[in-house]
Amino acid sequence: MDAPALAVNTELAAALSLGGGRRRGFRWGRLLLIVAALAFLAAFLLLPLLVVFAQALSKGVSVYLAAVSDPVAWAAIKLTLLVAAIAVPMNLVFGVAAAWAITKFEFRGKSTLITLIDLPFAVSPVIAGLTYVLIFGARGWFGPYLQEHDIHVVFAVPGIVLATVFVTFPFVARELIPVMQALGKDDEETALSLGASGWQTFWQVTLPNIRWGLLYGVLLCNARAMGEFGAVSVVSGHIRGLTNTMPLHVEILYNEYNYAAAFAVASLLALLALLTLAAKSILEWRQPELRNGARLLREKTLRGKP
Amino acid sequence: MVSDAATATPAGRRGRSPLIPGFGLTLGYTMVYLSLVVLIPLSATFIRSLDLGWGHFWAVVTAPRVLASLRLSFGAALLAAAVNALFGLIISWVLVRYTFPFKRLIDAMVDLPFALPTAVAGIALTALYAPNGWLGSLLQPLGIQVAFTPLGVVIALIFIGLPFVVRTLQPVLEELDKDVEQVAATLGASEWQTFARVILPALWPALLTGFALAFARAVGEYGSVIFIAGNMPMRSEIAPLLIITKLEQYDYAGATAIAVVMLILSFALMLGINALQSWALTRNGGR
Repeated sequence: MDAPALAVNTELAAALSLGGGRRRGFRWGRLLLIVAALAFLAAFLLLPLLVVFAQALSKGVSVYLAAVSDPVAWAAIKLTLLVAAIAVPMNLVFGVAAAWAITKFEFRGKSTLITLIDLPFAVSPVIAGLTYVLIFGARGWFGPYLQEHDIHVVFAVPGIVLATVFVTFPFVARELIPVMQALGKDDEETALSLGASGWQTFWQVTLPNIRWGLLYGVLLCNARAMGEFGAVSVVSGHIRGLTNTMPLHVEILYNEYNYAAAFAVASLLALLALLTLAAKSILEWRQPELRNGARLLREKTLRGKP
Repeated sequence: MVSDAATATPAGRRGRSPLIPGFGLTLGYTMVYLSLVVLIPLSATFIRSLDLGWGHFWAVVTAPRVLASLRLSFGAALLAAAVNALFGLIISWVLVRYTFPFKRLIDAMVDLPFALPTAVAGIALTALYAPNGWLGSLLQPLGIQVAFTPLGVVIALIFIGLPFVVRTLQPVLEELDKDVEQVAATLGASEWQTFARVILPALWPALLTGFALAFARAVGEYGSVIFIAGNMPMRSEIAPLLIITKLEQYDYAGATAIAVVMLILSFALMLGINALQSWALTRNGGR
């Protein structure tokens, strides 16, 4: 069918037979939809973001600075950075390994494996925390053994790391799999046939190819790791200065009615979120296909089923 | 364009690629890590719930307070997902089809709930909808109280679920063939007829998927809800909070029983989403 001719037809039909009234009606409809969408986004996204900064500065800059530079707040910031610095690389290595196995080879149960990798998204963060308490807690499977050897997992840093690893588990893998799927394996096979070793091929051929997709996954993984609340809340024990991450510190300040301080620490997390969104947008602008990666992956695995 | 290895390979030729190394290493590591981090801890929850015995388990999960919390978690999640389906459709339509100032910025903002820590979202929404808040003070004279009521739970879950609907619909809308709409228009269909008979049928699968994803996420949500909910037992107490309450009282058995019920319902939902998507794909004839 001839598209330009059709477009002319449409305009003709609108101009001749239907008159100006419908065009105006169409414009009003368009305006109404835009206003409805923007009002909804303002009420649900923009205002909550603004209120964080407004509340944080409501008692003045000095209160803000005092809240942010408080030693307990610093301990929380350091713990949050430490937990992310352990959890994100762990899931990064896993994501690369899983994507390599899934995209370079054919094996039975591949679509089941991909579904299992997504499993943590279907689990409430609170339940994620609970599972580790059931295993490592005082009354858990390994509880007596751990107590005997004075090893602390739950209500200590290892438990917080484990809970964070669980909730951020799928992020890198699910961004990387569609990227590597789309790249295929020709480049690697060429390098290998020219005599490169497996590791050389990975470092010098695969890694440069997937670097943006990898960064994208790490970005999302990191944002969730630093902001996780429910899972960490269950395993942390809320020990001030020791096992409080930034989100937990926000909760404690808030529950003590210390709102300005709570929002001050929260504003740091909100800034992190804005930075993440900015970096994500830049990556999407460089590599538009990153945006639809996860959806394409799901379609592919479902189509791959016999 | 992208040749899919899974479908391109003849059914008989499974197994390793002749050239590429690392199959055993990467798949082995994937399986061990998956088992240690996800599968074993999750099965521990199911195994621990067996300690209870069926009678005790049933007594725990049918206690009025537990049933009320499950009803709230699933009911509010369903309502929030429905609101998100409607406004997510409008937002993605506006973002794909129309141009207006700051569109790219607004598009990027849609992902805010993915990036903003849930606890921050929780206290921000509470401050906003509290009786003396920016929006709460406007709603108060109308007799609508949001904060510390079940309505507050719904509001928090709308916030959490919105990007799931928009990001599922957007790519489908972008791929929709505008020619078909123009044909419908030249044949005399009104705007509304074109939307209801031509566009909506093509969007249904994605809309349902976005709805289901938003619902699944909302059911287990904790951080953004507990601040705004007020957490009154029987009224505004969500199931994940009740799990934590039971844990704090060292009632591991009770916490585990609620967790198992939620896990079973969530997994059923996830299987449903997968089935829905394969149905949508076969219906579209693998286009």
